[in-house]
Amino acid sequence: MNDHLIDGVPIVRETPAAAGKTHGLKGPPLPVPSRRSMPPDDGPLARPARGNASAAAGGQLAAVGLTKSYRKGPVDIPVLRGVDLGVRRGEFLAVVGSSGSGKSTLLHLLGTLDAPDRGEVHFEGRRIDDLPGRDRDALRNRHFGMIFQFYHLLPELSTLENVLAPVMIGQSIWGYLRHRAKHRAAATRLLELVGLGHRLKHKPRELSGGEMQRAAIARALVTSPQLLLADEPTGNLDQKTGLEIMEILRSLNRQENLTIVMVSHDQAIAERADRVIRLVDGRAEEQG
Amino acid sequence: MYKLLLCWRYLRTRYIALASIISVTLGVATMIVVNSVMAGFTSEMQNRIHGILSDVVVDSHNLEGMPDAEWQMKQIREVAGPWIEGMTPTVVVPGMLTFRFNGRYVNRQVQIVGIDPETQSQVSDFGKYLQHPENRRQMSFELRESGFDTRDHQAGPDAPERPEMAQAGWSHRKRWARYQQLMRRIDEELDPVAAPAAKPGAAPPSAAPADPATDPDGAPLPVAASDPFARRAKVNEFDPAKDQHPGIVIGFALASVRDHEGNDRFLMLPGDDVTLTLPTAGVPLKFIPDNFTVVDFYESKMSEYDASFVFVPIRKLQELRGMIDPRTNIGMVTSIQIKLKPGADAGMVRDKLREAFRSEICGVYTWRDKQGPLLAAVDMETTVLNVLLFLIIAVSGFGILAIFFMIVVEKTRDIGILKSLGASGRGIMGIFLSYGLSLGLVGSAAGMVMGLLLVRHINEIADLLGKLTGRPVFPPEIYYFYKIPTIVVPTTVAWIVGGAVAIAVLASILPAMRAALLHPVEALRYE
Repeated sequence: MNDHLIDGVPIVRETPAAAGKTHGLKGPPLPVPSRRSMPPDDGPLARPARGNASAAAGGQLAAVGLTKSYRKGPVDIPVLRGVDLGVRRGEFLAVVGSSGSGKSTLLHLLGTLDAPDRGEVHFEGRRIDDLPGRDRDALRNRHFGMIFQFYHLLPELSTLENVLAPVMIGQSIWGYLRHRAKHRAAATRLLELVGLGHRLKHKPRELSGGEMQRAAIARALVTSPQLLLADEPTGNLDQKTGLEIMEILRSLNRQENLTIVMVSHDQAIAERADRVIRLVDGRAEEQG
Repeated sequence: MYKLLLCWRYLRTRYIALASIISVTLGVATMIVVNSVMAGFTSEMQNRIHGILSDVVVDSHNLEGMPDAEWQMKQIREVAGPWIEGMTPTVVVPGMLTFRFNGRYVNRQVQIVGIDPETQSQVSDFGKYLQHPENRRQMSFELRESGFDTRDHQAGPDAPERPEMAQAGWSHRKRWARYQQLMRRIDEELDPVAAPAAKPGAAPPSAAPADPATDPDGAPLPVAASDPFARRAKVNEFDPAKDQHPGIVIGFALASVRDHEGNDRFLMLPGDDVTLTLPTAGVPLKFIPDNFTVVDFYESKMSEYDASFVFVPIRKLQELRGMIDPRTNIGMVTSIQIKLKPGADAGMVRDKLREAFRSEICGVYTWRDKQGPLLAAVDMETTVLNVLLFLIIAVSGFGILAIFFMIVVEKTRDIGILKSLGASGRGIMGIFLSYGLSLGLVGSAAGMVMGLLLVRHINEIADLLGKLTGRPVFPPEIYYFYKIPTIVVPTTVAWIVGGAVAIAVLASILPAMRAALLHPVEALRYE
């Protein structure tokens, strides 16, 4: 298994057909790929909208003039002061900045976990930051995958169940149970893909940091999202393991055409992305 | 799906939450036990009360009574005939019972009930409470030869023996008469001067028991007859070995005392003679004594009744009290007991009779009215106990609330994770509500099983507790049951379990809402 850990790329290469089927990202390009493991798409993105997309023209994800400040007692502490950002389909974007520069906040805004004070977030040409809560939940569940610095696996569930969690959340009990075997097979395949095929029944506390992050990646991918938001995915790992995780992300981006927005404070890690944006004084600056 | 899975995992990994529902379990168990015992007691008591009282009673307000029972009963039948199964006239007066025990006269205040032995058993369970099997079949005021029950026929197989009852009846009376004769002969030889006063057959009215030595153990109090002319001749021929006085049925608790082991010690037996002193009808009241022979005991297990009622033939009582009109030979009665057909509404019949009869002369009551305060008191006791016990469960609800808040705080990050994965606030709330529901279900199911087991083995448990504490939980000399009566009412159990589950769910609403409203970003940042 260590072979896989060292070079994450071959994993995907070994099972291109399976991977392709699992992710379905090589399917029809626009606006929404057909999804195998999901019920018919009735989310907010079902109807392609051609509204306010000036900043997001051609991009998959766009932020327009995002501002966000946090309240600390009587004073507002501005974190983002108008961030403009565009991400193309299939792009691997890294956002760097010193700690406290608002990287995570930006990622949360992009992932609709938080609402901006001002500004807009667009996904597939539609504004998503002002959607009603239910639609945002569905969006996160079906179209976004998220991974975090501290992995954020549920300690009560086994690795396999953690990976299945988004599927369970997105479907009704009967809907899930009807296709239970299929879902489990897909999740198992994903775990094998990230090199955790032998850890299905283990609880997160029995896994190493790298293994937990792989499980988190598998979980993020299980609903075949178009976009992966990664919040310091290597921040808690040693350099070698961090590089392995980066290889996995890299290959997902290359092989599956998965759009990735990654936040990191580590310049060396960020260098591995297609494009790097630096957050300075609450604004985004393109970096060489 | 994730709700159930997580709920199940939390249930299996959070033992502190299981501890929080122990109070629910205990509350449910005690409520089931208390309700079953109370229901058992109430039903037992109602049966006893109803057993002695007929469905509807027409009571005279005056001890003088109402004239002409036959005519009254005809009137009643006219008003409420279709619902009436049977009727019997009775005379009820207070009086004193006097008997000898251990060489001493014992006086007891009693309620004397004159009954018609033919019809009394038709309107109430009177006959069922007698100690002689033949009397239970058809009541008679003639003393039976022998064959009284030596064991409480209403109790279970482990009721203690009553060996003395084996001797009761004519055999006891004959032995007693022989003994009395013997004592008299000894007296005559020892003290020839005083002897004539106690000579058998001579008992003059004035022969008060001035000298205790001349009055043998167990002899009845010599009394003056109410009608000196008619009675003198009779008394003269009276031979206690062959003759009996008018029969009397004595309440069990009047005739015996129960010791702490539940054994009955008899103060008298069927075959003994006793004296009743009762007020005559008319003004001024006079008190007249007369002798009766005990023919049976009456054991309704309502200690109130068993310790106060004696039953005599109605005709005899009417004669003694002068309630019989010498011209028509019709007696007066103080009440008429009515038994209704099955299914008839006693309240409705009572109201109809109340309309028809003038309330200044007599009152109409159902058996419930008669024992209204007692039944109401038991009802209120049950209600208060239920409220108190339900408060215990409510308190345990707050325990659940507190522990759930703890769990929500502990799981804050998990909640953030679930939200980032697309779980809705409603879904998060669902986790904790179903968690509360399953805790409630587990707790009250355990409580139900425990409660039902306790009810089933309550007598063994009471015995064990009695042994441990050294004093009986259920002393048989106070309660006239040998066993604690219980009735499990399924609907009550269902209400208790449902209420406990509802409380558990209600207690989890607040923590669940807090979990649902957690901001995902703050929850994710939570360390």
